[in-house]
Amino acid sequence: MISPIVLEVCVVCLGIFLLMAESFSVKSNKVVLAHGAIFGLLSVFVMSFFIEANPAQMQSSGFYVVDGLSLFFKRFALLSTIITLILAVDYLPIVQRLVPSAKPGAGTGEFFVLPVFTCAGLMWMASAADFIVIFCALELVTISLYVQVAYMRRSLASLEAGTKFLILGALSTGFFVYGITWIFGMTGQTGLAEIQRNLTINTEANQMAILFGLGMVLVALGFKIAAAPFQFWVPDVYQGAPTPITAYLAVASKAAGFLILIRVLEPFFTVVAFQPKLILVLALLSGLTLIYGNLAAIPQTNFKRLLGYSSIAHAGYLLAGLAAIGDAFAGRAVVFYLCGYFLMTFLAFLVLIPVTKATGGDDIAHFNGLGRRSPTLALAMLIAAASLAGVPFTVGFFGKFFIFESIINQHFYGLALIGIVTVASGFYYYFKVIRAMYWMPPAEDAAPVTISRLSKSAMLICAILIVVLGCYPQLLMRILP
Amino acid sequence: MSSLSPLLFLILVPIFSALLILIGANPRSTSILGSAVNLLFLLALVVFYRPMEVGYQFVSSFPVVPHLGISFTLGADGLSLVMLFLSTVVTLAAVCVAKSPDNNPRWYYASLLLISSGVIGAFASVDVFFFYMFHELALIPTFLLIGIWGSGDRQAAAWKATVYLATGSFILLLGIIGLYLIQPVETRSFDLREMIVNAQSGLIPDAPGVYLLLLLGFGILVSLFPFHTWAPQAYACAPAPASMLHAGVLKKFGLYGLIRIVAPILPDSVQRFVPLLLVLLIGNILYVGYVTIAQRKLDWMLGYSSVMHMGYIFLGFAALNQLSMTGASLMLLSHGLTIAVLFALCGEIRERTGTLDFSELGGIARICPKLGLSFGFAAMASVGLPGFVGFAGELLVFFGAFGSGEPKIGIIDGKEVFGLNLYQIATTCAVWGIVISAIYMLRAYRRIFMGPLPERWSRLPDLSGFSRAAIILVIAVMLVLGFFPQILVNLATPALLVP
Repeated sequence: MISPIVLEVCVVCLGIFLLMAESFSVKSNKVVLAHGAIFGLLSVFVMSFFIEANPAQMQSSGFYVVDGLSLFFKRFALLSTIITLILAVDYLPIVQRLVPSAKPGAGTGEFFVLPVFTCAGLMWMASAADFIVIFCALELVTISLYVQVAYMRRSLASLEAGTKFLILGALSTGFFVYGITWIFGMTGQTGLAEIQRNLTINTEANQMAILFGLGMVLVALGFKIAAAPFQFWVPDVYQGAPTPITAYLAVASKAAGFLILIRVLEPFFTVVAFQPKLILVLALLSGLTLIYGNLAAIPQTNFKRLLGYSSIAHAGYLLAGLAAIGDAFAGRAVVFYLCGYFLMTFLAFLVLIPVTKATGGDDIAHFNGLGRRSPTLALAMLIAAASLAGVPFTVGFFGKFFIFESIINQHFYGLALIGIVTVASGFYYYFKVIRAMYWMPPAEDAAPVTISRLSKSAMLICAILIVVLGCYPQLLMRILP
Repeated sequence: MSSLSPLLFLILVPIFSALLILIGANPRSTSILGSAVNLLFLLALVVFYRPMEVGYQFVSSFPVVPHLGISFTLGADGLSLVMLFLSTVVTLAAVCVAKSPDNNPRWYYASLLLISSGVIGAFASVDVFFFYMFHELALIPTFLLIGIWGSGDRQAAAWKATVYLATGSFILLLGIIGLYLIQPVETRSFDLREMIVNAQSGLIPDAPGVYLLLLLGFGILVSLFPFHTWAPQAYACAPAPASMLHAGVLKKFGLYGLIRIVAPILPDSVQRFVPLLLVLLIGNILYVGYVTIAQRKLDWMLGYSSVMHMGYIFLGFAALNQLSMTGASLMLLSHGLTIAVLFALCGEIRERTGTLDFSELGGIARICPKLGLSFGFAAMASVGLPGFVGFAGELLVFFGAFGSGEPKIGIIDGKEVFGLNLYQIATTCAVWGIVISAIYMLRAYRRIFMGPLPERWSRLPDLSGFSRAAIILVIAVMLVLGFFPQILVNLATPALLVP
């Protein structure tokens, strides 16, 4: 049996090794780096099935937990990094054009290596059980993402996105640390388990201060998961960042935010005095996020921006699931939703990149006539859009169904009513893409769409999983923590 | 229980045909072959069906989400067999009259077949959750069919229909979740049989909120007044086979759900909101009826007429007795067949003349006698002439509804009273609807098929080939069942659980 910490160490070593290889090898073909990274991460993924669950020396440490949830999210992070790298290989020509370099192809190696470090951060985060560790892992993730967002230095949009992300990210970090200090000041601890112990013996007078601290932490996490009213950075950053990084932000970074949210809220939910207040806050955040994300997505014409708003909308459904956490089943519903979100968002991005390469843009209008130009790509996008909208027989439908079952069971009728409006508007804006693909004639000058073998197989796996899980969700439900 | 249900075959044949078509088989012949096989298979099932036994037959069950009690359960009783028969007949007719479009014929036929497998799946499901899921399978194909191959203002029509249907079905989903949650915790299930057992043993409380959600959800899908505006537009703009499947079969889903699920489980709530429902359905019959008279184009007229006829079936549901619900089930079938023939003929006329405006047409029966004769048959059936199933259905609905509720005539509490109760008022209004439908149907027939023949229509070809065969088939079914409605009554009645 392997010690669980080996996983992160392996990923970090892989990253360092790839950096070295990039600097010292004479070969200028950077795609080899990406393939190496994909292979290395896949090996770590396989390794994750052979590790010792919850070893004794880790239990006592108090800052690193290895439970079902953390293992699940480690695999989630590994897989999303792998798909991001597949996307990045496809996206390489565009990056090369937009990165200034002495000779062609130089300066693009880091584009494949940085996600590996982000992945290590995400995996640390999955196991973090102490505010200090959470903070360090979060910073590792965010700082490497700053670089990746602003990677295309010749693209003004990318630079703008990087700046916005940096400033708002730094602001949210400030909130996070400030919140931690308040909680530390009131409980004298940074470890979540100790905080939980101290909370139960705390006097009533301190509760206000603790809630204030927790509120600050929630603000910071709201930034990470793009919950309204902390979502202002999302559309611009999503649109400006290199497409693979947008996908990475949308899936891995958001999932990590939710994991932290679950972990941080857990001790506070056990205190009877906090529970109703927290649920109220979560329900309010969820309602706001749902309304903002879905309604603002309606007039969008740029597909990446649309996906940005849609990621806000999905954060709303996930928050609704968290608000219903009193339901025994809500936790699994949230994780199931995240997995479905992983599949359908990545599938949409996998289709977007070849389309961008062929047409030179990422507006919805660039999808015009895709149904005739490339029927398989269009079918994949059809499945992704249907699943994002929540059409039955796709995983997205079951995700929404489980969440709504939980919230109605917890008597949040207001949220359910908001859900009606938002799902209907969701149908409208996702179907706009379907309309473009099948109703509209293709542009005259469009280049033929080509797909690499790697991304074709990734697409196939995602599409098949979406449909299979949409017919038989138990397949995934069984293995959820 | 463990063996596979033959009904699964019915669902899978259209899906496989659609896949074959997408891969490269000849679209037209594959889809006709697949639908014909399905119809024959269904007839074989009817032969093997044992009408004496109560409950579902051909049952197979496969748990999908055990902790929520969702399982993929297929089964059929008399009423579902009637609806499955309707679905397969209309599917066959629809793919026969479909003309290969110039662009993307593969997707065209595949979409039609997907709608068909969705409705078959819905009517063959015993599990309420899958009943809902299968219905939704039709959503995207409908969007594509109207948007790509429609006519007129097709994009607006497709958007409107999709947003209405998506909203309606989501409200319905919340209603179904509600139906699940009002059951006691230990016996919660999405299985219709268990729900009804729970209801009969008094475990399900009266839940007006859930009923309203279900009524609203199903109502939007069935185009209950005032949520009907998507329907005429969508049917007018959709290609003929899509309108046939949608107006003929898919829309029956909502009424089938009300009769099948809501009536036995929430009878008290139904009773409580009867006045509301009666007002709305009279809106369907009278208001939409008069709107239908005002139409100047055949496709819009048929669209509105199909909305109007839903009112009768709602009346059968609202009266909630054996007679009226049997009538409603008969009308589900008769209206499905009739409107399918009418839309098929409407498509044929549009294809020949390029216009459906009454003012431009005339005298076509002289040159296309078969077209005229079949339209005449279908128009009469739609009005409810004796000899067609619709007559039996309407008669049963009217008798059932008129006899429902407390009588307000005779000597009550020692006083002589002479008045009508709500049901009787509604039924009286509904009977007036027959006059309305006679007006618009006969007028349409006169405007299109009678009178002087304009010079430019003097070379129109008559019905021929597969479309003629399909239309003859459906009219023959209408006539046979019209003379022997007892077959349907015997099948459907045991399945109706009247509170």
